[in-house]
Amino acid sequence: MIWIIARREVYAMFLSPLAWIILAVIQTILGYMFLANLDNFFLLQPELIQIANTPGVTDIVVTPLMQVAAIILLMVMPLMTMRSLAEEKRNRTLSLLVSAPLSMTEIVLGKFFGLVLFIVILVSMLMLMPLSLYLGTTPDSGKLLSIYLGMLLLLSAFAAIGLYLSSLTENQTIAAVSTFGVLLMLWIVDWIGSSVSNGQSVIAYLSILQHHQAMLEGVFKSGDIVYYLLLIGAFLVLTIRQLDRERLL
Amino acid sequence: MTETLVQVENLSRYYQNNRAVNSLSFSLKAGEVLGFLGPNGAGKSTTMQVISGNLAPSEGEVSIAGHDIIDAPRAAKKHLGYLPEHPPVYRDASVDEYLRYCAQLHGLASDQLGAALERVKQQCGLSDVGGRLIGNLSKGYQQRVGIAQAIIHDPPVVILDEPTVGLDPIQIREIRELIRSLGSERSVILSTHILSEVQATCDRVLIIRAGELIYNASIESLNQGHESSARIALRKPVETAQLTGIDGVEHAEQLDGGRYRVFFSPDTNPDTLVQTSVEQQWGLYELVPEQQSLEDLFIELTQNEEANPA
Repeated sequence: MIWIIARREVYAMFLSPLAWIILAVIQTILGYMFLANLDNFFLLQPELIQIANTPGVTDIVVTPLMQVAAIILLMVMPLMTMRSLAEEKRNRTLSLLVSAPLSMTEIVLGKFFGLVLFIVILVSMLMLMPLSLYLGTTPDSGKLLSIYLGMLLLLSAFAAIGLYLSSLTENQTIAAVSTFGVLLMLWIVDWIGSSVSNGQSVIAYLSILQHHQAMLEGVFKSGDIVYYLLLIGAFLVLTIRQLDRERLL
Repeated sequence: MTETLVQVENLSRYYQNNRAVNSLSFSLKAGEVLGFLGPNGAGKSTTMQVISGNLAPSEGEVSIAGHDIIDAPRAAKKHLGYLPEHPPVYRDASVDEYLRYCAQLHGLASDQLGAALERVKQQCGLSDVGGRLIGNLSKGYQQRVGIAQAIIHDPPVVILDEPTVGLDPIQIREIRELIRSLGSERSVILSTHILSEVQATCDRVLIIRAGELIYNASIESLNQGHESSARIALRKPVETAQLTGIDGVEHAEQLDGGRYRVFFSPDTNPDTLVQTSVEQQWGLYELVPEQQSLEDLFIELTQNEEANPA
């Protein structure tokens, strides 16, 4: 059942030009950035050889690329999540799902996994660039895997937050803007945390960036995974509660 | 079949402090078509939404085929097809894609899907538009897609909220036939404000006003139960007292142009009236039996603010 809704979600995304445009624009911009980073690496290469224990091609080319990708996607994901529930409410099509023999949990999970499927497509396309490095050199496969998983988890967290904010309103623009605001806030929340105490405070823990940075550097900590899973779970539960609450109003 | 498929007990629904539905109770047996009537804002759509599980009831219970809509929503919804006021169609999908999706949502196995799709397209007159985008179809066709969506999984209970809105007269007739054919084996709840529709398709009629049930009877008893009346025209003017003097006439009133309305007690026929007219040479040239129509009843019940709820 969840799979049927998720499949329909992805299908509907690609029916509108939005998903195609987003994939094309991101791929173009990041492709250009990848080339620039690669160029940079060739310039630095002679000096790097002389230093012991130097950062490799993955650290110099791929990690900065994905840092930028994460920031761009922070602005783009609200555009993908805004329609998921807000549009159904505006067009009054939600009652189709509600009247079908489905639980609210199944509806919300279907919507969420539809977004996750889109994220897998998006991140897999981005990962083709680092993978092309295998043609000329040997990048760090473990690090690439960590980066891939890190991006998937980060964007899935964005999607869960966006889904919740989309369930609060009928207006897609409001859903997109508020999602963007929440994501940005979660991103910059540690600016204050790092100055208060040695970056170990609760506030720093809340920052989505802190957890992402570690995974980009190839540090795969279970604490980070738990952070993302908690974030996703919390917002999915909030979404289910919100849809249930609307039946009572 | 006399199995009760829909049971609504003391259903109340509040929007904040605003009471939309007040202690509504009724039941529906298999093979019955129930007409749900009421003026705008009477709580028709709210009741439909509660029965279909789109809104939670504030008080009371709703069960469908024996399953409570709150305690066992999945089982209850399996037996239910619902067309809301606004057909819940995806404008960016084609008719076939959309109906296939609806069937899958209702758990239809993939080997039954094709047959079910063909059946509903045939029933709702959608065979020619299967490949077209729903957004490009006219309102009437979108409405038909909405009806098709409600019956694709062959549910024993079908709830249609104003199904003939936006249809042309020929389509309306087709949809009425469809509703009648659905009603032969299923229970259908039909909400509408078109009275002739209820008279043409329903077995039973419920009238609600301001959230309260004020009338609940079968169409047959509606057509019989009340005293019958006839409109007569006479060439020679007479006193109404002369008319009421006739055996079987209970009441008479004068209308314009030498016409009178006479009320008979039930089970008498106007023989004596005609006989008297011939004897007295009143010159009877017109006698039109009047039936109390649903419209009269509806207006009488819904306009009379002081009327006690039934």
